[in-house]
Amino acid sequence: MEVIQQQMERLLTVSTILSLGLIVVVLYSLRRAHIRVEYSVSWLAAGLVVYVLSQWGSALHWLGRWLGISYPPAVLASIAMCVFLMVLYRFSTIISHLRDNNIALAQKVAILDYQIRQLQESHGEARR
Amino acid sequence: MTSDYMVLIPAYNEASCIAWVVQEARQVLGDAPVLVVDDSSTDATLHLARQAGAHVLPVPHHLGLGGCLQAGYRLAFELGYDYVVRIDGDGQMDPRDVPRILEVLRAGRCQMVIGSRYLNGPERHTSWLRGLGIRFFRIVLRPILGRPVRDPTSGFVGVNREALDVFSKSFPLEYPEIEALVVLKRKAFRFEEVPCTFRPRKGGRSTITALRSFYYILHVLLGVLVNILKFERHRWK
Repeated sequence: MEVIQQQMERLLTVSTILSLGLIVVVLYSLRRAHIRVEYSVSWLAAGLVVYVLSQWGSALHWLGRWLGISYPPAVLASIAMCVFLMVLYRFSTIISHLRDNNIALAQKVAILDYQIRQLQESHGEARR
Repeated sequence: MTSDYMVLIPAYNEASCIAWVVQEARQVLGDAPVLVVDDSSTDATLHLARQAGAHVLPVPHHLGLGGCLQAGYRLAFELGYDYVVRIDGDGQMDPRDVPRILEVLRAGRCQMVIGSRYLNGPERHTSWLRGLGIRFFRIVLRPILGRPVRDPTSGFVGVNREALDVFSKSFPLEYPEIEALVVLKRKAFRFEEVPCTFRPRKGGRSTITALRSFYYILHVLLGVLVNILKFERHRWK
């Protein structure tokens, strides 16, 4: 029992450090304009959720009982995984949307470029 | 615009044969403009196609076959063409078959015509892996399309203006041939197949290698499923 308690405390310390690290990195990236505000929100929220759970051991025990998981570190790992999967899914949808827009834009540019070229050629012929 | 149709050739690194393909198409088809959509080739495809007398639509970065074809369909639609016939840039398709495809399109019985390599008996120039994939997708597509299709992966395809309108707005981006059939079915459009001659490649390589074929099958199956989910309810009645 004592071993589990020690493991639990170590895990909570590690997850606290990692979540704080994530929040600091995101805030630093925001300050340096490496990430846009709208895309930083998901990461900050994920970091915050993991930080709160790491600081609130009793909540992990309560969630563990509710989910039927007797080992609290597994509860933290499961929740962290779900939160980060949600963040990754959100970014997959954003990337898909950007890719669609990018293709439509590239096609439009190609067509406009083609039409300009045709106009220049016909204008050149008319001048001759 | 002297012709009511355009020949569309998507090309990516086809320098070894694009000039030959364009010249043959121009010789055989006379007035019809030949549009090569260059998918940001890293070789001399663009230059050679232009030199051979093709109109060239270079896309600003690599879009893949579907994105490249859709760019061509969009341009053809904007320029007012009634029909577009797509052939590949590797010389497999014989442009002498194009009038047969156009004849069926002009008869107005369908919106899309597939040049099929299997209507004249078994085809000699198809790899066993591709042959296996074609048989698999024939079985998958039969109940979805409500009729058999002999050559669902054929890139020798003619479309009329109605299909052009649809494709210029919505077209599968990767491995588009099979999905395009389901997209048309969603719109309650019809297709027909006509027998065509397929020749060995003059150059270039197939985009579907042995390793990629599994990804291809999964990707296309998922694309077909997504399109089925988009079917309007009345189409099933």
